[in-house]
Amino acid sequence: MMISIRRIASILVFVVAVGLVLYLGAPASAGSANKTGSTYQVKIEDFSFQPATLSVPVGATVIWTNKDEEPHTVFSTDNVFKSKALDTDDKFSFTFKKSGTYEYFCSVHPKMVATVIVGSAMKKSEPMKMDQMKQMN
Amino acid sequence: MGKEHIITANLNKDGIDRRGFLKCMAWAGTGALCVLQGGVLKTFALGDPALNDMEKMKSELAFVQISDSHIGFNKAANPDVVGTLRQAIAKINALPTPPAFVLHTGDISQLSKPVQFDTAEQALKEIRTEKIFYVPGEHDVLDDDGAGYRARFAKGTVGDGWYSFDSRGAHFIGLVNVMNLKAGGLGNLGREQIEWLEKDVRHLKSSTPIVVFAHIPLWSVYPDWGWGTSDSERALGYLKRFGSVTVLNGHIHQTLRKVEGNVTFHTAMSTAFPQAAPGQGPGPGPIKVPADKLRSVLGVTDVNFVHGRHALGITDSTLDAGM
Repeated sequence: MMISIRRIASILVFVVAVGLVLYLGAPASAGSANKTGSTYQVKIEDFSFQPATLSVPVGATVIWTNKDEEPHTVFSTDNVFKSKALDTDDKFSFTFKKSGTYEYFCSVHPKMVATVIVGSAMKKSEPMKMDQMKQMN
Repeated sequence: MGKEHIITANLNKDGIDRRGFLKCMAWAGTGALCVLQGGVLKTFALGDPALNDMEKMKSELAFVQISDSHIGFNKAANPDVVGTLRQAIAKINALPTPPAFVLHTGDISQLSKPVQFDTAEQALKEIRTEKIFYVPGEHDVLDDDGAGYRARFAKGTVGDGWYSFDSRGAHFIGLVNVMNLKAGGLGNLGREQIEWLEKDVRHLKSSTPIVVFAHIPLWSVYPDWGWGTSDSERALGYLKRFGSVTVLNGHIHQTLRKVEGNVTFHTAMSTAFPQAAPGQGPGPGPIKVPADKLRSVLGVTDVNFVHGRHALGITDSTLDAGM
């Protein structure tokens, strides 16, 4: 089936527009996604990390504080960050410069597992190229 | 008196009166000594003059298990862990016959700090015995992957600190299950150590009594709190053929026992502070008891081996049990 050049052009404009919107991200999160200097707290208490799942923007710093009478550690399962042993009231902090999902655990009590989610969970889409569109015919 | 949890799971017909054995263990918290002789239990109160004559008891090997001293801990559950360790040592030194050696099943220190290891070593020197054998707890391998522990307590060991030795015909195996723990996991022996174990026992006669000691329980006590070892079944598989296997662990700060065929599992009290019974509370942390009760939930374990018998006589006695 033949598509007129006008149709191709209007599809192209549409696709580029959609691509631009996705690329820039939704207006509300665009600002916070690039905000730096914000800090978030995780409490280590009763053999658990609280909150168990923490969502933060890119560039945020997370501070863990041990409120238990047992020492704990904060070890990322992908070796991105690793604390020393934290005694009661000791703290550990890490600044997340890259978006992603970071699982971590306590190496002393490995049943204690938690996650930090950094940045938007949605993936960006690329605008379709001209020759890809031609292949649709 | 004291916290005794006895789990029975044995139906073997090998002549051992296990019902009597377990009934005896129920007294152990008050300081009774049970010895298996000819498959029958004989019990003695600690302080019984009969204990002064170990020949009469026909015990060929007596040793002590001590555990979880946590030197460096100083919270409300026990502000003086060195003091309670010393009380435990005094108890050992008061035994009619000095133990051949002492096994420390780990968590010697609270935070793996050199000064904590120093203090522990100094105190333990007071035990009247020929040698102390150690295995590390997770508190002993913090920050340095166990380098400080090994330099001090693991001379002549292999890998992360495992080893074996023989004493009066029994074969003792010290295992390390607190290294390389994975997220969401339990204690871990690792392939290298299990392969070493297989070779270590390969040429032993099946009649050789085996004693395995490691920090985290080698059986599934309560996985939700990490009270178990993920690959212990593989290791224990290599010990299945032996007529008598005793597994001594620490980590959970309370006495639990399980008998499965020819294998007796036992966990020791801590000399520092108690922990909750499985599932009774938010987690496996220190439990505060009234100060006058503390000595009743801390203690040591006395083990007696009579050659030719299946099971070792294991006695747990609390720090406040009368001598």
